Amino acid sequence: MNYFLSFSFMTCKSFLHPRVSITAQENENGKSYSTKVARNPKMERLRYNYLFPEISARELQHVTEYPNAKVISLGIGDTTEPLPDVVASSMANYAHSLSTLKGYRGYGAEQGSKELRKAISETFYKDMGIKDTEVFVSDGAQCDISRLQLLFGSNMSIAVQDPIFPAYIDSSVIIGQAGDVENESGTYQNVEYMKCEPQNSFFPDLSKAASTDIMFFCSPNNPSGHAATYEQLEELVQFAQKNGSIIVYDSAYAVYITEDRPRSIYEIPGAKKVAIEVSSFSKIAGFTGVRLGWTVVPEELLYANGFPVINDFNRIVCTCFNGASRIAQAGGLASLSSDGFKAVLSLVDYYKENAEILLETFQSLGLRAYGGINAPYLWVHFPGSNSWDVFNEILEKTHIITVPGSGFGPAGKEFIRVTAFGHRENILEASKRLRNLFS
Amino acid sequence: MSAIQHQNFSTSISSSTSTFLGKTEFKNIKTLNVLIPSKISGVVKCVASPSAEKTTAYKTKVSRNENMAKLQAGYLFPEIARRKAAHMSKFPDARVISLGIGDTTEPIPEVITSAMSKRSYALSTVDGYSGYGAEQGEKKLRASIASTYYANLGIEEDDIFVSDGAKSDISRLQVLFGSNVTISVQDPSYPAYVDSSVILGQTGQFQKDVEKFGNIEYMRCTPENGFFPDLSTVRRTDIIFFCSPNNPTGCAASRDQLTKLVQFAKENGSIIVYDSAYAMYVSDDSPRSIFEIPGAKEVALEVSSFSKYAGFTGVRLGWTAVPKELLYSNGFPVAKDFNRIVCTCFNGASNIAQAGGLACVSPEGIKAMQNVVGFYKENTDIIVDTFNSLGFKVYGGKNAPYVWVHFPGQSSWDVFGEILEKTHVVTTPGSGFGPGGECFIRVSAFGNRENVLEACKRFKQLYK
Repeated sequence: MNYFLSFSFMTCKSFLHPRVSITAQENENGKSYSTKVARNPKMERLRYNYLFPEISARELQHVTEYPNAKVISLGIGDTTEPLPDVVASSMANYAHSLSTLKGYRGYGAEQGSKELRKAISETFYKDMGIKDTEVFVSDGAQCDISRLQLLFGSNMSIAVQDPIFPAYIDSSVIIGQAGDVENESGTYQNVEYMKCEPQNSFFPDLSKAASTDIMFFCSPNNPSGHAATYEQLEELVQFAQKNGSIIVYDSAYAVYITEDRPRSIYEIPGAKKVAIEVSSFSKIAGFTGVRLGWTVVPEELLYANGFPVINDFNRIVCTCFNGASRIAQAGGLASLSSDGFKAVLSLVDYYKENAEILLETFQSLGLRAYGGINAPYLWVHFPGSNSWDVFNEILEKTHIITVPGSGFGPAGKEFIRVTAFGHRENILEASKRLRNLFS
Repeated sequence: MSAIQHQNFSTSISSSTSTFLGKTEFKNIKTLNVLIPSKISGVVKCVASPSAEKTTAYKTKVSRNENMAKLQAGYLFPEIARRKAAHMSKFPDARVISLGIGDTTEPIPEVITSAMSKRSYALSTVDGYSGYGAEQGEKKLRASIASTYYANLGIEEDDIFVSDGAKSDISRLQVLFGSNVTISVQDPSYPAYVDSSVILGQTGQFQKDVEKFGNIEYMRCTPENGFFPDLSTVRRTDIIFFCSPNNPTGCAASRDQLTKLVQFAKENGSIIVYDSAYAMYVSDDSPRSIFEIPGAKEVALEVSSFSKYAGFTGVRLGWTAVPKELLYSNGFPVAKDFNRIVCTCFNGASNIAQAGGLACVSPEGIKAMQNVVGFYKENTDIIVDTFNSLGFKVYGGKNAPYVWVHFPGQSSWDVFGEILEKTHVVTTPGSGFGPGGECFIRVSAFGNRENVLEACKRFKQLYK
């Protein structure tokens, strides 16, 4: 939780809370010394606080206001179920081994342990021709996204889905690719927003999309829950090939797919020449706090001058990072073992059942709920409404935290994101309360 | 740390530099077809880039980040690892001893690992499971770091940002500052400051004649100036990176020197990024934190790490302290933007590592860390004594686990190569840390006692 920024929390009709701009006058004693270092103008461009600490702050505020209410959090997509024993004990044992002469290890390879890289390539990219040397283990997708932005630099044009997980845009602003925010729409200049809505089945109309250097594409999608089909991803890869773009494909929720949809962009022919894939153990193995993920950069992916992207990414990883925690990596390896993978997938099933329950609830109330089938998110449509108003109403009347859709982009304005992560009894209780509210 | 194995993707594709490949002359190579330098032993291969071999390979239309192209060869330590690996294949029976990369070797004290085991098990229980933690770190850990390292210095819990280590923090700080700032570094210095600066676009091109990147102010630290720069000759820059106790020279700045540095920063309106990763190695009354200097909170932030205290090089845990008083020119607090970076570009250090960190700063943990540090300090003494007895001019070693040995008139890569070939001991050539490191070798004191003693025996044989 970010107590530090909670002062800036104000209800705001259309957008996230604009940050109060601090000027010298607001210092406690107006004569405070200031350095002569200019604030990074790109940070100045960030109009709002990052979405999820804002939601946390709002939750804290609500809990303080209603100390007796049993607040149920279906907001931030945080896993709730304990780790399987086989995974936890592998980490416990590894930690213990670090106190022994034989078992102690210092710095690991920045790219990750060979065994883990191999296990990832074999588990998730079997028969797709992805080598272990193309897998870079990290401390999570959020960090990888920023490292990719560092890699690409500020002279890139980017395209994102709208709505989308905010880290792509925010990191783009920070690195200097995105321009200033346009006040009316709340979108940033120099970013191509590819609208994903019910009318286009949550896949952008690429015939209308401008060509950009980088295309961020998350599937199964956070927040809409839509998993792109083979045809859609073929179209995407072809579009990227035609324009010479690089796709950054976020597959963090691939294991939640129930229907026949691609789990990796590399299932699409030609993708290795145009795409990087980012993924994470967070939602696979409950590692949201343990911190482990990976990025695949195929050797065939080349810059315009023929230079392999993987070389530069490796340089970034060696210079700006020092490897994921060895203990987390031991846990990752255990979670991909035969027993471990079964165990983590049964937790995934648990969350998928939660999603079914919530989907059923919303549908039975006559609300238009999307997602929930191939992702642990439901994207519920409240036509004509403002998502922050709906968010507030749900919170006030049912003590349930959700996430207002406009936090994910302008196309989210009439939507609410509900996550399926939670203890079963909370999911059931939440369903009950929602039925009361909306029937 | 292992280097990437696939040979045809050697990162030494761009034009080479004598800082890495020795004094071999190269033309400034703009194309990607790189010559194989004949003077270098065959183990370091610069191979033609793939585009020369597959001219029909599909290329995107995305331009390579020109900042990446400015970097000269690979990051220093993977290069050392690569040289070591090559040497080991050449001499499979040799007992290669590594005093190169500053990698800890001694087991982590049990009081610390048992806390991590306990936390791991707890994650498999209903009551003990936790998901996302605060990006800034767990409250208790932040508070304990503040009270352990900054007691009475006015640095509080919420000024502490827990991370996965100093190296990551340095890059996040660079992202925070952006491309329009100028930086100064000590020369020699830990390469991550310069390399991250290049990547962020703060610098100009590498200038081969002086072995420096344009737009970086290099503050020479030599025996003649007691390894503290003559600030009267230093140009103003926005950011000053300062590491003390210093990696690689091993020298710790005195209270007087740091007072001058803080004054200098204040006069120039600069921000000091103070790297105190080796503070626990200080033996004398040199300051352990920049915040011991009055006025520092208005001009400095401090980065540190559990790596060299608790052997956490593989566990990954560190922190950055950003005082509330540190303000940009428009009065905006640096900490607020750093917090935003931490929330957006990071997602917190591993909860298991943090549990270990909390044990580190418990009373028992602190004692245990002091023992570990003490062990490496004894190693340092042994190495210092060895080189002293051989008549070398030796620096550092008193307040840091690094010994900085002078080889006047010699190329540090040549000395590195000779030591490696003749004693099978890996060290680090000083020029890897900047032009001010030329003619020096860094010997790190991390190693098990037997290896350190054996290495010193071999040095004595080589240089008697």
